[in-house]
Amino acid sequence: MTRYVLKRIGLAVITLAVLSLIVFAIAQLLPGDVGRAILGPFATEESVAALNRELGADRPIVVQYLDWAGGILTGDLGMSLGRQAPVWEVLEPALVNSMKLAVLAFLITVPAGILGGVVAGLRAGRPTDRTITVAGLSLSSMPDFVTGIFLILVFSIWLGWLPVTAQWEDGAGPATQVKHLLLPALTLTIVLFGYIARVARAGIVEALNADYTRTAYLKGLGSNQVVRRHVLRNALLPTIAVVATQVGYLVGGLVAIEVLFNYQGIGLLIYNASQQKDFPLLTAGVLVVGIVYLTVTLVADILYGALNPRIRFVRAE
Amino acid sequence: MAPTPGRPSEARVARGERARLLVRTPSVLIGAAVVGFWIVCALFGEWIAPHDPVFDNTFPFSEPPTRDHPFGTDTNGRDVFSRVIVGSRDVLLVAPAATLLGTVLGTALGLVTGYFRGAVDDILSRIVDAVLALPLIVIAVLIVTAVDSRSTWVVTVIIGVVFTPLIARTVRAAVLTEAQLDYIEAARLRGEGSMYVMLKEVLPNVMPPIIVEFTVRLGYAIFAVATLTFLGFGIQPPSPDWAAQINEYWNLIDPYWWMVAFPALAIASLVVCVNLVADGIREVYE
Amino acid sequence: MTAAPTTTALSVRDLDVVYRVRGHDRQVLRGVTLEIAPGESYGLVGESGCGKSTAALAIVQYLPPNGRVTGGAITVAGQDVVGMRGRSLRRYRAGTVSMVYQNPGAALNPALRIGRQVVEAFTIRGVPRGEAAARARDALALVQIADPGSVLERYPHQLSGGMQQRVVIAMALAKNPELLILDEPTTGLDATVEAEVLDLVAGLQRELHTTVLFISHNLGVIAKMCSRVGVLYAGRLVEEGPVETVLEDPRHPYTVGLLRCIPRGGVRKDHGRLDTIPGSPPSLGDEISGCVFTARCALADDRCRVEEPPLIAVGAAHESRCWYHERAPDLPRAEAVDVALPAVDRSGDPLVECEDLGKIFQQRGHEVHALSGVSAAVWPGETLGLVGESGSGKTTFARLLLGIVPPTTGAVQLDGRELAPRYRKRSREDIRALQIVFQNPDSALNRRHGVRRILLRSLRKLAGVSGAEAERRLADLASRVRITERTLTQKPVQLSGGLKQRVAIARAFAGDPRLVVCDEPTSALDVSVQAAILNLLVELQAEKRVAYLFISHDLGVVRYISDRIAVLYLGRLQELGPAEVVFEGPHHPYTEALLSAVPTIDGGGRERIKLEGEIPSAASPPSGCVFHTRCPRKLGPICELEEPPLVEAEPAHFMRCHIPIDELRRLQSKEPQETPA
Repeated sequence: MTRYVLKRIGLAVITLAVLSLIVFAIAQLLPGDVGRAILGPFATEESVAALNRELGADRPIVVQYLDWAGGILTGDLGMSLGRQAPVWEVLEPALVNSMKLAVLAFLITVPAGILGGVVAGLRAGRPTDRTITVAGLSLSSMPDFVTGIFLILVFSIWLGWLPVTAQWEDGAGPATQVKHLLLPALTLTIVLFGYIARVARAGIVEALNADYTRTAYLKGLGSNQVVRRHVLRNALLPTIAVVATQVGYLVGGLVAIEVLFNYQGIGLLIYNASQQKDFPLLTAGVLVVGIVYLTVTLVADILYGALNPRIRFVRAE
Repeated sequence: MAPTPGRPSEARVARGERARLLVRTPSVLIGAAVVGFWIVCALFGEWIAPHDPVFDNTFPFSEPPTRDHPFGTDTNGRDVFSRVIVGSRDVLLVAPAATLLGTVLGTALGLVTGYFRGAVDDILSRIVDAVLALPLIVIAVLIVTAVDSRSTWVVTVIIGVVFTPLIARTVRAAVLTEAQLDYIEAARLRGEGSMYVMLKEVLPNVMPPIIVEFTVRLGYAIFAVATLTFLGFGIQPPSPDWAAQINEYWNLIDPYWWMVAFPALAIASLVVCVNLVADGIREVYE
Repeated sequence: MTAAPTTTALSVRDLDVVYRVRGHDRQVLRGVTLEIAPGESYGLVGESGCGKSTAALAIVQYLPPNGRVTGGAITVAGQDVVGMRGRSLRRYRAGTVSMVYQNPGAALNPALRIGRQVVEAFTIRGVPRGEAAARARDALALVQIADPGSVLERYPHQLSGGMQQRVVIAMALAKNPELLILDEPTTGLDATVEAEVLDLVAGLQRELHTTVLFISHNLGVIAKMCSRVGVLYAGRLVEEGPVETVLEDPRHPYTVGLLRCIPRGGVRKDHGRLDTIPGSPPSLGDEISGCVFTARCALADDRCRVEEPPLIAVGAAHESRCWYHERAPDLPRAEAVDVALPAVDRSGDPLVECEDLGKIFQQRGHEVHALSGVSAAVWPGETLGLVGESGSGKTTFARLLLGIVPPTTGAVQLDGRELAPRYRKRSREDIRALQIVFQNPDSALNRRHGVRRILLRSLRKLAGVSGAEAERRLADLASRVRITERTLTQKPVQLSGGLKQRVAIARAFAGDPRLVVCDEPTSALDVSVQAAILNLLVELQAEKRVAYLFISHDLGVVRYISDRIAVLYLGRLQELGPAEVVFEGPHHPYTEALLSAVPTIDGGGRERIKLEGEIPSAASPPSGCVFHTRCPRKLGPICELEEPPLVEAEPAHFMRCHIPIDELRRLQSKEPQETPA
């Protein structure tokens, strides 16, 4: 088990390093140079060169990368060009907001998805299953902002139950915050339900067809007992991995949703940074999203290893 | 070792029977019909739409749906219905192109990593993992910003490139399973070269998962194109492309809901139906 | 043969079962009637597709969703089973009937500890938890698991195959059932492990007087374990009777044919061709009119095609479903007996030779000694049979020969020339000279390529011919392996297992190889098809003077086809010599135990030699002689300290044992009084 955990951590670290390289490399794709991009095509050569010197953009690429990467490790993410403030100061509140929404969405989506998938799997092939599967898949495939628009139309404009934007006044209590977050969270639930239900369903179907389920029935156990004691834990183990990847999406991938609901999360931040060509903020934001994803999947992998006896206990000789 | 049955296994569904099964599934039929409708609109939109979607702006501004204008008019006095009819064109060009690009590249990548394994596989897998650590939209935004272009074709290529690791992963898994079968070893023991084995022996057998991947990713591509357009990258107004329309008018959703609702419904219908068809294909191949 | 219901443990009357496949009902069991008295053991035997597993599932009422009983009745210990639902069904399964089937690892829930699963078998019957734990421990002791306490704490994947099956048997017997059904319980286990499990079941049956229904395709196992046998073909019971009678004096053409297909009684290829049953077993649920066996029966006439015979009494408690049962023993052979086999000429140099061949694999930081110090030679036109259980290294040896993996020590020589360690570096001639026929015909052929394309490609790469010449050779090859023009146009999925294997053989022979590795080529085939493939291999050998390295776990088949035999244990050659000598003796103690472990149709003869313990792991082989940990003839400390060298104990007979061969001859020729150490 230890070896498994160490291997996973090692892989995550390597992937993170590769990710930082990729993000950095993409940022360098910009034709011309940073100074020109910020000051525009009409600025003079000297001012562009001066800005480049100031930003350190005239140093060799490798040095720039090491400087940037080194800075991240020590917690210094550079300065945001658009906000004229340290990047971390700008990122942190956005990250916190994204976490709030992610947690709320997670709490609604995951139980719903797993429940739906389990029900569909237990009644596989029958109308209930077809309905859940087809509905889930259809709803999941719609772009998130489209779903968001529909929900806004129904719940905000026609019914007037929930606020249109996800911005609340400073100092608002948790209840108000939740009320504002409900629409985006529901949007996310609709988007993710299909994926989670599908994996849960597949796990149930496979477990139901397994030999050990047959053994359980032939021992004389009733359906309820078989499902509860034997099927569920084998069926739901694979869902951990999928849920983890969805969490990654929940924290960083909500660019469209945050724009739509005007929610100051990290997705909106990335979007604004890109409009302003604020590369330090943009690359830092992207990297942070990646870090969150890798951390969550790492935790999920370890959890999976802990729950799977084949990994936890290596075969005794 | 339990013996194989004496006769050919009945479980094998012949190709003709697969097609027949597909046609019999109601969800697939509905899906194909709707997608077909939008394809027709994309091709012949100008003749179907009652008014010119881009230039005919002589109607009263911002009118809610009436009998003359079933979807209402926009702030520029254009007929929303006509715009929605024609709006499928760009999406239906970009999404399949991007998916095709991603599938071709992803298949190549998946074949190479799955077949050769070893150091090549390790390195490329790390890169794939790294790219997959970021949600699609995030990478797309990053690249679009870096490249600093709003051209539609750039968006196509970006989406195709971003799909590559996703598809590569599925192809790689399929190749790994396939490569363990004995006929691969038999081919190598005949003195066949790697290229031959990969392309002529392995590839035909992993085509089904690749086809399934393609159809599934197609829906995802539409999702991606629409989202990027909504965010302002890619297809620009005054194109009647649906997401572009939403991009123009979404903050006017109250009270001008019709300018947003109908394009949104159009996107939803296309994407949902593409996925219904894809799902049907997937069922049949399994 | 109807007894009063309360004196039979199992009574099946006129059972009809259908499966619904793509909208059509397929008849799987046709009017099956049989009875088992309490305490009796009944064997149900048949090839794939005959419906024997379906019968078992019907008895426990666990048919798949598309299966249902359409007629007849099943009574177990007086209870009417068909149509049982809900609580009565659960009670029936919990207390009256038990089932043990193939692949014990899959039968146990990988996420739960053994203890939990065994205890459940008791608590379901109302035993309080505390007592159930104690009884679980007793149950494991009953199946001779040492240290039940620690096993209860483990997870299934931590146990070996044999142990897993013992646990499953323990759970099955926990309820002291009225009926125990075993469905191929030892298929897939090593020979020595299988023997132990079967002994265990036999012993428990004697002790507890359990009624047993034993389902298998292996007649040897049935002969060993059962007192009565029923032969199932296409869902119909075609013959039934006491085991000895049916095996000695079969009265149904199918049984007769089946028994002739199996190499028994030490028969070898020089004695004659194996008989075959023409055609192939019908698929599950085919439509059949008249007698089910008509299509393949040499005695069939118009009456058989129209009128299905009932079960006719042919002797004491012996019935056969055939109009012409008196003529069954004289069933005309499908194959000519006589065959001219050229003798193997060992005067010249060997074709393939290896000296001190060894392979060590690196696995998670351990060194696995898959093969060590193997020196052997194969002469042109001879068959070297390779025998051994899992971990013996026989697959590794084959792969080293072919150049799939490079050796760690030693080298392979062809015609006295050393071959490159990997096949990529070998010349085209060398590659054509060594070919292989795989075990599993399904995975050995590319599903997407037609047969013609597969063979033409092999001809191009191996024989270097194309165009008209290739077509000519293709026709020639096809006629040699007896595949028709029609088969050439088909794809592998459209072919039966036997046909696929013929194509695989044709492919191997495309380049006129000089040695073909046959890796369990018939293990995945039905018995009736197996004989035809073996005959084909022998024919090709006689014609082309090709040598075979024949790997199989089926000792009867190995004995039939091999000229010489090599016995491997834990990667080391233990014995190498002419087939007859290795089988008859004197032989290595391991060979002795192995031979005694395999159940044969002729039964009797050998006394079972039990081997203690499990096969050691190849990552940490025992010191000295690797077999000493289990050897019933262990001499003493010398076996632990010093590995015996492989010496030529008799002319052409090599042995790796400290006991001199004359001593072995003396020990092994005595009447079986030897009790294990």
